[in-house]
Amino acid sequence: MIAQLLASTLRVATPLIFAALGGMFSERAGVINIALEGLMLIGAWAAAVGTLMTHSPWLGSGLGMLGGILLAAIYGFFVIRLRANQIVAGMAINMLAFGLTPFLCKILYDVTGSTPAIPIADRFQSAPAYFVWFFVALAFAVMKFTPAGLWVSFAGEHPEALDAAGVRVNRVRWAAVLVSGALAGLGGATLSVFLSSSFSRNMTAGRGFMALAALIFGRWHPVRAALACLLFGFAEAAQIRLQGVVLWGTQPIPVQFIQILPYVVTILVLAGFVGRSRAPKALGTPFQRG
Amino acid sequence: MPRFLQPILAVIAGLCLGLAVTWIAGENPWHVFKILCMGALGSPYDFGMTLFYATPLVFTGLSVAIAFHAGLFNIGAEGQLTLGALAAAAVGALWPQCPSIFAPLAAGFAAVFAGTLWGAIPGWLRARRGSHEVINTIMLNFVAAGLSSYITLYLLKNSETQNPETRAIGATYMIHQFAFFGGAPVSLALPLAIVAAFCVWFFLAKTTWGFELRAVGQSESAARAAGISADNVRIIALSLAGALAGLVGVAEVLGNAGRFKVGFSPEYGFIGIAVALLGRNHPFGILAAALLFGALHKGATALDLETEHVTRDLSLILQALILLSVCAEGLWSWMAKRDVSASGGTGGASVSASRGISTAREDARPTAKKPK
Repeated sequence: MIAQLLASTLRVATPLIFAALGGMFSERAGVINIALEGLMLIGAWAAAVGTLMTHSPWLGSGLGMLGGILLAAIYGFFVIRLRANQIVAGMAINMLAFGLTPFLCKILYDVTGSTPAIPIADRFQSAPAYFVWFFVALAFAVMKFTPAGLWVSFAGEHPEALDAAGVRVNRVRWAAVLVSGALAGLGGATLSVFLSSSFSRNMTAGRGFMALAALIFGRWHPVRAALACLLFGFAEAAQIRLQGVVLWGTQPIPVQFIQILPYVVTILVLAGFVGRSRAPKALGTPFQRG
Repeated sequence: MPRFLQPILAVIAGLCLGLAVTWIAGENPWHVFKILCMGALGSPYDFGMTLFYATPLVFTGLSVAIAFHAGLFNIGAEGQLTLGALAAAAVGALWPQCPSIFAPLAAGFAAVFAGTLWGAIPGWLRARRGSHEVINTIMLNFVAAGLSSYITLYLLKNSETQNPETRAIGATYMIHQFAFFGGAPVSLALPLAIVAAFCVWFFLAKTTWGFELRAVGQSESAARAAGISADNVRIIALSLAGALAGLVGVAEVLGNAGRFKVGFSPEYGFIGIAVALLGRNHPFGILAAALLFGALHKGATALDLETEHVTRDLSLILQALILLSVCAEGLWSWMAKRDVSASGGTGGASVSASRGISTAREDARPTAKKPK
C-alpha cells in the first residue's frame, strides 16, 4: 500500500514538476506565468497527436514540447514585445488552448474533444518519472552555476543592472519564456502519453495552476519547487487511493479535503503563516530601456 | 483614435481571426458567422438564451472591474460565484417553507454574503499579509470547488438523482421568469444585473468611497498622502467584487436551476475578466461586452449540429482572440513603428487584423512616442 502510494506519487508529480520548472524559468526572469495551464494543455494535445502519428512517445513528446514553445512564443510576443498585461494575456492563452485543442481534435479525428486512444506499446511506461529528475538537476545547475542562470535571476530581480551590464533584458526574458513553454509542453506530454492513454478535453484540469502553486511554495527554487510538486502529487495520489475508503464510522473519507489541502497550504505559505515566500522583485513588470 | 473605438476594433479583429480559423477547418467563414448570429439572435428563445448567458457575465465582469479600479486582479470570481450559488441553494434547501416575499431576499442575501466572504479573504491577505491576490484568488477557486462539491455531496445531496447537485429549493424562492422568451430562463436576475451595473457606476463615479477606491488604484502613494487607507480600500474592493460575483447565484439558482449543480458555470468567472477588459472596466461597457460574449456562447452551441468540422469550442477561441486583441494595445504603436521603418512584409500580423490597423495608424502614431 505505502510503496504503491509512493510510486503513484512519483508518477502524478511528473507533469507538475516539468511545469513548475518551466514556470520557474519564466518567473525568475520576471515574467508571470499564469499561462502554464494552457501551455501544458497544448503540449498534451500535440504530444498525443505526435505519438499517434509517429508511434514513438519520444518524438511525440518532442512535438508536445514544440507546441508549448509555439504557444509560449505567442505569449512572449504579447507580454514582452507589446508589454501587455501578463495576467490578462496569460488567461487569454489559457482560454485559447482550452478552446483550440478540442477544436483541432475535431478537425483531425472527427471526434469532439479527444484524440483516439494511443496503443499501450506506444506509450511511456515509466521513463518520464525518472527523466524529470534529470531536468530538475539540470535546471538547478543552470540557475546556480552558469551565466545564463545569473542573467535570468537579474532579469527578474534587477533588470536595470542587467541592462547596464550590456545584456539585453528582453532577450533573456524571451529565452526564459520559450524554455518555460518547452518544459510546460513536456509536462503536458507526460499527461497524455504517460499518465493516460489519449488526449481529452481540459485534461490538465488545473495542474498548471497547481504547478504555479508548487513553484511559489518552493520559493521559486528548482529543487524546492520539485519537492513541493511531490507533496502536491502525494495529496493527489492519496486522494485517488482513498476514494470511497471507510476509515472510521460509516462515511467514506471526504476526499475533497485532501484535494484542497495543497491550495490552502499555498495560501498559508504565501501569507507568511508557514515560512515565507518572496517573489522576484521585477516579477510582472515589463522592461523598457530607459 | 477615440478610446471607445479600440474595443470595437479588437472585437472585429478577433472575430476575423477566429473565423479565419474555421476556414482552415474547411468551413465557409461567412456561413459560420451566419450560424453564430442566427444561433444567438434568431428567435425570441435564442435571444433569451443569449440574455441568460449574458446575465452572470455582467455580474462577474463588474466584479473583476471593481477590483481593477482599485488596482487589484480578481481572478477569483469563479470561486466567489460558486459559493454564492451554493449559499443561495443551501438556504433554499434547508428552509423550504420560507414565506414567499421574504424567500428570494434571504437566499439572495446568503449568496451575496458568501461571495463577499470569499472576496474578503484575498483582500485581507493582500492588505494585512502582503500576499498577492492573483495567486490567492486562483487558489481559493480550487478551495471553493472542493468545498462546494463536499457540501453538495455530503450535506445537501439530492437523493433522487445520481447527478452531483443539491436538493431542490422551496418553490417560494424562485424569482419571476419572463414569458416573452419562449421558455428561455430569463429571470428578474437580468434587470438586477442592469441595476447592479448602474449602482457600480454610481458608486465609482459619484461617491467618496468610489473616488477613494479609484485613487488607490491609480496611485497608492498619492492616495496615502491624501489620508486614504489603501489597505482598507483593498479589503472593501475585493469584498464588493465577491459580492457582485455572488449575485450569479441569484441568476443561476433562483432564476434557473432551483438548486446548486456542481460545475454549472461554463467558467463565467474567467470570461468575466475578458468582459471587464473589453468593456474598458466601465459598467455600461461591461453590459455591452457581456451581451456580446453571451451571444458568442449561445451562438456557438448551434455549431455542433449545423457544421461538419466546427464545434462550440469556437466560442472560447473567439473570446480568447478578442481578449488578446484587447490587451494588445501596444500592437497599434508597434505596427506603426514597424511600417515607418519600412521593414516590408511583417508576416506576424494576420490579414484581418491589419485592416483594422491601417485605419488606426494615423491616430496611433502620436501615442507611439508617448511612452518614455
